[in-house]
Amino acid sequence: MTAASTIVAPGNDVVAAPAVSSPFRVYRTEAKYELIKQLRIPAFMLPTIGFPIMFYVLFGLVMQYGPRGSNTAATYLLATYGAFGVIGIALFALGVGVAVERGQGWLAVKKASPMPLSAYFAAKYLTTLAIGLILMLLMCAIGALFGHVRMSAGHWIALITVETLGAVPFCAMGLAIGYLAGPNSAAAVVNILYLPMAFLSGLFIPAEMLPRFLQRFAVALPPYHLGRLALDAVGLEPASHALGHIAALIGFGVLFTIIALIAYRRDEGKTYG
Amino acid sequence: MNAEHPPVRLTTVSKNYGDKIALRDVSLDIGPGGVTALLGPNGAGKTTMVKLMLGLAAPTSGTVTLFGNDPRHTASRSRIGAMLQVGKVPETLRVREHIDQFRSYYPSPMTANDVFAAAGLQGLEGVKFGDLSGGQRQRVLFALAICGNPQILFLDEPTLGFDVEARRSFWEQIREFVARGRTVLLTTHYLEEADALANRIVVIDHGSIIADGTPTEIKQHVSGRKIRCTTTLSETDLRAIPGVTTVSFDRGNAELVVTNAESVTRELLWNDATLSNLEVSGIQLEEAFLALTHAREAA
Repeated sequence: MTAASTIVAPGNDVVAAPAVSSPFRVYRTEAKYELIKQLRIPAFMLPTIGFPIMFYVLFGLVMQYGPRGSNTAATYLLATYGAFGVIGIALFALGVGVAVERGQGWLAVKKASPMPLSAYFAAKYLTTLAIGLILMLLMCAIGALFGHVRMSAGHWIALITVETLGAVPFCAMGLAIGYLAGPNSAAAVVNILYLPMAFLSGLFIPAEMLPRFLQRFAVALPPYHLGRLALDAVGLEPASHALGHIAALIGFGVLFTIIALIAYRRDEGKTYG
Repeated sequence: MNAEHPPVRLTTVSKNYGDKIALRDVSLDIGPGGVTALLGPNGAGKTTMVKLMLGLAAPTSGTVTLFGNDPRHTASRSRIGAMLQVGKVPETLRVREHIDQFRSYYPSPMTANDVFAAAGLQGLEGVKFGDLSGGQRQRVLFALAICGNPQILFLDEPTLGFDVEARRSFWEQIREFVARGRTVLLTTHYLEEADALANRIVVIDHGSIIADGTPTEIKQHVSGRKIRCTTTLSETDLRAIPGVTTVSFDRGNAELVVTNAESVTRELLWNDATLSNLEVSGIQLEEAFLALTHAREAA
């Protein structure tokens, strides 16, 4: 028992204890258990980690579908399927995950505790980045071992960094969808958006191979910019516009964060305010 | 101790969801100490009241305070624990991990071993939440509610779906908690639970408090007795007898709550010569409660 067990009469007498728990400890514990929780869900790990790897192996390594060249396809699709993978983790693990925890009442239990809400969301973001990093390390290992992908150390590091950090705006997108669509339809909305958006953004086949009117549409899609940035990181972006893509991703990130905040406020307003 | 700030205070609180009124003009002080039961049928406004007290919902009008402060303040939340109705709890974390995580939220939590002992979770520490039985899951939610060493414990329908034995052992855990001088507020629609645990019962129906007192006082709200019998008389016939407050049927037996047992019995025997299994007894909390809520519907 700790100091608080000295409270005999439970009234208004405040115990000489800090009003809040150590913030650092809360954030660390929250992030640790969020990651453990996600990694132990097979139904989550299989599609979010398994599908991008399976697609990459099938289309990038077995079929060599993509631009001609010895290992260009394997390198090109490593960048684009990597983007496809981390985006999926952000939308499903974070977006749908938060929507479900909110809908099932679990978030209410946490909100009734003194846990800072920022710790909850920070843990979700960090977990998404960590799983994205795990996916990228796996895909890079497969690409190097079986796809004969050969790059300088700088390219490898650039690719993994871009894909891992590039998940951040998609975390915000997931949150926005989760709060707008509501707990029951969030998964359906993400499913409807995810694949067409990835296809139109040139993550499955190069955007240049799409009809011209679709190519123009691609610029308006956030995954297009992550895909291009990843290609730039491996030196395959024909016209390097790295700064433009970074600006676009930051812009989308800010936009989705604002939408998520508005949707969050609106959701609180139904119960609070 | 500051008597002006009770642990929980609701002052003329109303809550609307759209045009649906969940609570109307409720004022209530709770604690310190003891068990208060919010009793009422489903949809009476019990859960809404708990959400307001926890700062998970805001009143449409009126004020809610915990120890005189906004319930949403971290300082308020550090002094309370809540066991809510949850559809799904993360299933891949072990019991020990769930407790460890919630202990990290509080400034002076109980030790993990004390939590396991108080919630009856010894031997289950390493089990994943998804592998627990329904009753064990409720015990984990109880453990999460007490692990911060709270002064007030909120329990929203804590024994929903328990068998009799699990319910009794759960009551024991709550009694131990209260014996340490803490305050408990629980919602329930099990009258037996309110009668067994609470020293104060607040009856809620259609968003208003319709009775507030000790279990004995609540029973006294309805003067009268209960008559059970096997009869061929219809519900309409029974209701027509002067002095009958409520009529219900239980496995072919009629159950009447009456204000004057003697005259009603005479009338019953006169009207139904085949009447059998006649029993006259004192009123239980259940009947008092039914009479209270029915009286309002009739009004």
